Amino acid sequence: MSQRRALLATGLLLLLFISGVVVSSVQAEERKGPAPDFTLKNRAGGNVRLADLRGEVVMINFWASWCGPCRQEMPLIEDIYQRYKDLGFTVLGVNVDNDPKLADKLLKDVPVSFPVLLDTENKLSEIYQVDAMPSTIMVDRNGNMRYLHRGYKPGYELKYEEQIKTLVRE
Amino acid sequence: MTSFSPRNRTRLLLLTSTLALAGCSVEPWLKPYERQNLADPVMAFERDAVQTAYMHHVFQAREGARGAEGGGGGGCGCN
Amino acid sequence: MARKVAVVVAVAVTNQSARTLLALLAGLVLLHGRAVAGVLPEERSDVMYHSYQGGGMDITGPSVLVRKNFLEKVSVSANYYVDNVSAASVDVESYASPYTEERKEASVGVDYLHNKTTMSLGHTTSEESDYDAKTTFFGISQDFFGDLTTISLGYALGDDEVRRNNYQQGSLLSSDPVGTVDRQNYRLSLSQVLTKNLIASLGFETITDEGFLNNPYRQVRYLSDSGVGTQSEVYPNTRTSDAAALRAMYYLPWRASLRGEFRSFADTWGIEARSMELRYVHPWNDKLSLEFKLRQYEQTAADFYSDLFPRQDAQNFLARDKELATFSNWTAGVGGSYTWSYPGSAVEQLKLSLFVDHMEFDYDDFRDIPSGRELGTGDGNEPFYSFSADVFRLFLTITY
Repeated sequence: MSQRRALLATGLLLLLFISGVVVSSVQAEERKGPAPDFTLKNRAGGNVRLADLRGEVVMINFWASWCGPCRQEMPLIEDIYQRYKDLGFTVLGVNVDNDPKLADKLLKDVPVSFPVLLDTENKLSEIYQVDAMPSTIMVDRNGNMRYLHRGYKPGYELKYEEQIKTLVRE
Repeated sequence: MTSFSPRNRTRLLLLTSTLALAGCSVEPWLKPYERQNLADPVMAFERDAVQTAYMHHVFQAREGARGAEGGGGGGCGCN
Repeated sequence: MARKVAVVVAVAVTNQSARTLLALLAGLVLLHGRAVAGVLPEERSDVMYHSYQGGGMDITGPSVLVRKNFLEKVSVSANYYVDNVSAASVDVESYASPYTEERKEASVGVDYLHNKTTMSLGHTTSEESDYDAKTTFFGISQDFFGDLTTISLGYALGDDEVRRNNYQQGSLLSSDPVGTVDRQNYRLSLSQVLTKNLIASLGFETITDEGFLNNPYRQVRYLSDSGVGTQSEVYPNTRTSDAAALRAMYYLPWRASLRGEFRSFADTWGIEARSMELRYVHPWNDKLSLEFKLRQYEQTAADFYSDLFPRQDAQNFLARDKELATFSNWTAGVGGSYTWSYPGSAVEQLKLSLFVDHMEFDYDDFRDIPSGRELGTGDGNEPFYSFSADVFRLFLTITY
C-alpha cells in the first residue's frame, strides 16, 4: 500500500518537474515592429513622449515598488545609464504602482537619475503586453522594438549592456 | 467527516496532473502589475516560520489530528 | 483501593504519535514554510522565547532560526529548539509524580531555486531522555499559469526510537529501548491566486506510522471485582491518517488581511476531527502591526479509547490517552509586532513580536481522576476533564 503511494508521489513529482521545464517562459527574446508611442507623466514634472526620443536608443524598464528583483536591478540600470547616456542612449523607468507614493519610497532608498514615468492606470503596461515583472524593452534609434527581457536575475545586466552597445553603434 | 478513499485520492491526483499539463495553454488572468496587494507582507499565509512551527507543535502534541497545517504560494510573481 | 504511585518521568503525558511528529514539524514548516516557488525565502534570523502554561504543564524554552541565501539560487536554514518541561498534569497526577524533562531539537534545510522550481531538502533530530526522532524531508514546488498557481509536493521519512526510563528513588537508572517507529508523510498542496485581492490554497497530507505507537508508561483502567484495576495500553502497530485543508486570504482595502482556514482529518484509528481558524492582520502604521486569531477544534475518539473499560483485557487494543478522546477546544490569540527599518545598512530591519494565545480544552469522555479523588466521587463518576492554557511567543527578527 505504501509502495503504491510512493510510486504515485514519484510519478507526480516527475510530472511536475517535466511540466515545469516545458512551461518555463523564455527570459530574453527579440521583438519586432515599431514601439507603440506614448506620453506619460514624468515623476520630476512634465511629460515625456517616446516619439520625441527618436534618434536615441531607449531602454524602457517596467518596475513596481513591491517587486524585489526590480529593486535589485535599479542601481545596475543607473550605472549603465551613466556610462552610455552621452552616446545617444537613455533609460525610461516606467513605474506601474497604482499609488505613486510607493515609487517615491523606493527611489529614496535607490535613487536614479534617469526619468521615471508613472503608469498608475497601467494603460502603458497593457499596450506593451507586460507579462513579467520587471520587463525591459530595448528600442532602437528608428523607434523599433528590438529586444525584450522578462524578469531579472543577476547577470541580466551584462546582456543589457551587450544589446545597448550593439544598438548604439547603429 | 470522511476519510479519503484511495479512489478519491487517485482521482484528485489525476485532476491535479491534468491541470499541471493544461497550464501550458491557459492565459493568466492577472497581470504581473496587478499583483501588488498579493505581494504585500500582510498577505503571506505564514509570516514567521519560527512561530508557526511552534504553534503547530503545541496543537499536534495535544490533538489527535495531524497534517495539512502548512501554507504557501502567492507572492509577487516576479521573475 | 490500590493506587499506583510510581516515579514516572517525561513522556508519561505526551501523546506518542504527536511526539513522533515533533521532529517532522520543524522539517515541514521551518524549512518549507513558505512554498513560493519562483523566489527564494527571505533571509532572516529569529530568536524566540516560547512558553506554555496550563493543564499543570509549564513548558518554556528558546527557538533560534537562521536563514541565509547564496547566489540567488540557494537558501540554507537552521533551527535549534528546546522544550524545558515541568509537569504536574492530569495524567501525571492520576498515576505518577511531577517531573521535569528537557527535549532538544535541531534541524537544517536547503532550498534550491531553478527558474520556477524550488527543491528542498531537510533533516531534523529530536532528543529527550526516552525518545529520539529523526526526520528527513524532500520537497519540490513549481509555479504555473504565469505564477498564479503553485503546486508543491513533499515527502518525509521518519525514524524514531522509543525507550522506557527506569527510576529508583528519583534518579534515572536506565533507559531501555522498547520499540521503534517508522513514519512517512506524503504532502500535496495547490495554491491559487484567484483575484488581485484573493488567494486560496488546498492542502492534503497522508501520514503512515508503523511500530511502537503508544506511550510505554501510560495505563488504562478497568472495572474489577476489587474496584478499579490498571493495565498497560495496547495500540495497533500501524496508523494511517489523511488530512485536507482549505485556506483563503483576502486583502482588505484599508490594507489588512483576513485569513480563513478549514481542516478535516480522519485516520484508521477511528478519529475524525475538524478545525476552523480565522485570522485578521492589521498594520497600524509603518512600524506597528496587530493580529487577532480565533480557532476552534473538535474530534471524536479513537475506536479503542475508553476512560474506563468494563473488565480487564476488554479489547485487543486499549487506550486511555486523552489526545485520543472526544473533545473540543477553542483558542483566541492576539499579537503585535514593532518594526525598526534601516534601509541600506547591513541589518535592514529589526522586528520585535509578542503573541499570546489562550486556549480551553473540554473533554467529553475523559475523566479527571485527581478531581474525582478530591471530591470523593468514586471511580467512573469523576467530572469530565477540562483545562485552559496560555501560550506566549516573544521573538526578535533580524532581516539582512
